[in-house]
Amino acid sequence: MNAKLRSTISKIAFPAAALLLLILLWQGICTFGRVPKYMLPSPADVWAAFQKDWQLMFSHARVTLTEMFIGLFIGIAVGFLFAVIMDRFSVVNKMLYPLIVVSQTIPTIAIAPLLVIWMGYQMLPKIVLIVLVVFFPITISLLEGFSSVDADTVNLMRSMGAGRLQIFRYVKLPNSLGHFFSSLKISVSYAVVSAVVSEWIGGTEGLGCYMTRVRKSFSSDKMFAVIILISVISLVLIWLTSALQRACMPWDKIHLRRSQKI
Amino acid sequence: MSAKLEVKDVTFSYDGETTVLRDVNLTLNDGELVCLLGVSGGGKTTLFNVIAGLNRPQQGKVLLNGEDITGQTGKVSYMLQKDMLLPYRRVVDNVALPLIIKGVRKKEARRIAGEQFERFGLEGTQMRYPAELSGGMRQRAALLRTYLFSADVALLDEPFSALDTITKSGMHQWYLDVMEKIRLSTIFITHDIDEAILLSDRIYLLNGKPGTLTDEIIIREPKPRRADFNLTGEFLQYKREIISKLQT
Repeated sequence: MNAKLRSTISKIAFPAAALLLLILLWQGICTFGRVPKYMLPSPADVWAAFQKDWQLMFSHARVTLTEMFIGLFIGIAVGFLFAVIMDRFSVVNKMLYPLIVVSQTIPTIAIAPLLVIWMGYQMLPKIVLIVLVVFFPITISLLEGFSSVDADTVNLMRSMGAGRLQIFRYVKLPNSLGHFFSSLKISVSYAVVSAVVSEWIGGTEGLGCYMTRVRKSFSSDKMFAVIILISVISLVLIWLTSALQRACMPWDKIHLRRSQKI
Repeated sequence: MSAKLEVKDVTFSYDGETTVLRDVNLTLNDGELVCLLGVSGGGKTTLFNVIAGLNRPQQGKVLLNGEDITGQTGKVSYMLQKDMLLPYRRVVDNVALPLIIKGVRKKEARRIAGEQFERFGLEGTQMRYPAELSGGMRQRAALLRTYLFSADVALLDEPFSALDTITKSGMHQWYLDVMEKIRLSTIFITHDIDEAILLSDRIYLLNGKPGTLTDEIIIREPKPRRADFNLTGEFLQYKREIISKLQT
């Protein structure tokens, strides 16, 4: 217990100390280096800006998060559907796999304006962009999970008389859960970034719009505050995903520990 | 004794090119434990796949209780060296899986499976995950799963060969005890001659390429057998006979 506690403290204490040092250094440069505020606001300025504007920021964050969650859920659904169909029909897999990979080389920032032209300034183009970004890691990782199933286990299931659907339900799907959650962590952080990027292009609400506005008025302090807020939102969502994974996969913990054998 | 399972004139080749099995004939009587002994890569596992219905032979038939089951899965149960317990299912749910596949409701399947845990020396492990069990315990669970799948005929493919020697000899004793209780008709693959003599009523030797059953040796030692049967003179005699007849 003592050793565990110590390792936890050292895990938190060292990065926290580094962060604190960085903030102090930053504050020092701003105070003694006479850097103009519009170039580099000090940490104190950023904190003041956040305190002043937090209600506005949170109302924008609500819009961004709404887009993000809708896009994320649709993206997961689409990714799942693609993975299942591509796993079931190898012809479809051969046809789509290269296309899907190539589609990911197109930068988000390049598609966003097009989507706005096609779909207007409302939520729709933003959600579509998030879906496009989110589904890729989900599809690829699920496909990987489905095909990494042990062939002997599938044979055993078949020898028990299990059909394709039963093999999917009892072997392939649970076997892919770990893959799914690792890709979900990537997708969640992509989703936040994509939501913000899509709001830069057009629209009246959301953290991206807020960012564009404060940038145009050279309010660097608010700019820094909103960037930090976005980071924090991403971190919280990734942490939530991990918590969800632990709740959904209780056996995983045991697998890692492999202690107290009977 | 009636024939539970019969393999008649089975010839099998992959893609019609390399013949793996030629004219294999085998009989398994009710409640009997028959061993299939041969060198690795001799076609033992292929023969199992044929009996289990996973591979369809080019020639010959597989009969279960007189009924033709060639190429049909779901008729006889199957167990491999790897326990293949699903890591994400509790032990009881792993063991009950064959029942669930047959359409038994989860609660009922758990109840039926749970009743057998003590008999198989698995009490207290129901709600554990496989990773929490030792290798020997996992094989016990795998055998229980096999038994719940079919109390008719079981095919065991080197079930104990991944275990260390001490665990293995404990498992042999356990296995003989369990078999006394459940009387499962079993075909057992192994390349371990001692294991074959210790456990079986009859031993078939699989020899040659393509593989065929060349000899049948009947072990007359009555059951239940003593654990030190493998230290007796009769045991050595059987062993000598088998070694002379096994082509390597």
